[in-house]
Amino acid sequence: MAKLSVSHISFIELQEVVDLLRKVSGYDLSGYSKSSLKRRVQRVLDLERMDLFDLKNAITNIESFRGYLVNELTVNVTEMFRDPHYYATLRSEVVPYLETYPSLKFWSAGCSTGEEVYSLAILLKEVGLYDRSFIYGTDINGNVLETARKAIYPLKKFKLYSENYNASSAQDSLSNYYTAMYDAAIINNEIRKNILFSQHNLATDYIFNEFQFISCRNVLIYFDMDLQNRVFRLFYDSLCEFGFLCLGSKETLLNRDIMSNFKVINKEFNIYQKIR
Amino acid sequence: MSKAADIVLVGGSAGSYHLIVDIIESLPPFFSSALVVVIHRNPKFKTRLEDTLSTRLHRPIIQAGDKTAISPNMIYFAMPGYHLLIEPDRTFSLDISDPIQFSRPSIDVLFESAAEVYGSRCTALLLSGANRDGTDGMTAIREMGGKAMVQCPEDAQISTMPENAIRVNDGIDIISDQQIISYFRNLK
Repeated sequence: MAKLSVSHISFIELQEVVDLLRKVSGYDLSGYSKSSLKRRVQRVLDLERMDLFDLKNAITNIESFRGYLVNELTVNVTEMFRDPHYYATLRSEVVPYLETYPSLKFWSAGCSTGEEVYSLAILLKEVGLYDRSFIYGTDINGNVLETARKAIYPLKKFKLYSENYNASSAQDSLSNYYTAMYDAAIINNEIRKNILFSQHNLATDYIFNEFQFISCRNVLIYFDMDLQNRVFRLFYDSLCEFGFLCLGSKETLLNRDIMSNFKVINKEFNIYQKIR
Repeated sequence: MSKAADIVLVGGSAGSYHLIVDIIESLPPFFSSALVVVIHRNPKFKTRLEDTLSTRLHRPIIQAGDKTAISPNMIYFAMPGYHLLIEPDRTFSLDISDPIQFSRPSIDVLFESAAEVYGSRCTALLLSGANRDGTDGMTAIREMGGKAMVQCPEDAQISTMPENAIRVNDGIDIISDQQIISYFRNLK
């Protein structure tokens, strides 16, 4: 059966929604990939049984709706040790550099519900760097950060997470790092202590610290070229000399002007090092 | 860089692999459309499909990269593990949100976004498969004035996917494997 939806929005109508949201709030989605954003706006319309008029009305008149909308329009799919070989590559190719620093700051940008932050923390623990590390996890979406802070995840996800962990050339068992109760698991406190989650909008906010390591994986695919370039610049400015930038496996810095300031550490996983 | 004015989409799942290889082998050396293939495959296992075909046919066959232009005379595959979409400026974009119809890449997602951007300059073919992905995409393509074709269920190794698309989309073109090959042999 064909799906019945209240109304189908066009790209022009999408632009009207984006412009309106920008005018009445600080949220600027104008640099987002259009087709993917349109799908997600359509999803909200279908879920809420709204048409375009209702949507614009709610954006204009209901303040809490704006935050809800932005949360619904951002993609929050993540998992622990996603792309296990990426973590293995960090161990073999990045950790040896990081070991030379007396203290380390990490930034996980667009961290969603925090699974990547805790994966990184576990890796740092295992290579003996965690006690001199501090990790900032940021996202535009306040709801997901709340989940990240709680560090409680459905236990059923841990089968996949353990498989990922075991494939990441880790030596231990993932179960050493969480405590399971009923159908949930909480990440142990020793992994959580050097982490701060905070709201940050890559489209509009600026540099807030200097880092030895920034990871931003599967976030930039939702941005257009101009916004991607803005974010690359922000990362460049936020990295110390010889700091590392890790992108998603389909997000490349090659063919960008800023690449001349980086060298490729690993091409498959898009790991770069700032060299000038 | 010039972008293709027309786009031809092929969506396949279980049982479509060999026909997709035959389709690509039958293509003329030059055509002005862009061809985009989405096939369900497991991202956990590396497939060398693109490289193998590319080497054998002496032409580039690549995975559609994020924010890259859709060029004429090119054969693109949707990469496993990501939805593939088309932007209004005729570039590709990727999306790693939840699977649709248990699939990522989803045929519906690609077809619906291509229908919107290319309208009547969009042609899509749905092949064998064991789920119902592609049906909504076929509807969208017809609504936007494009041409939608379904593999004849008798020819399909697994007929669920074509049958579902035919049931929902009254009067959709149903074509045999022979007609499919002939269509792509004469692709403009």
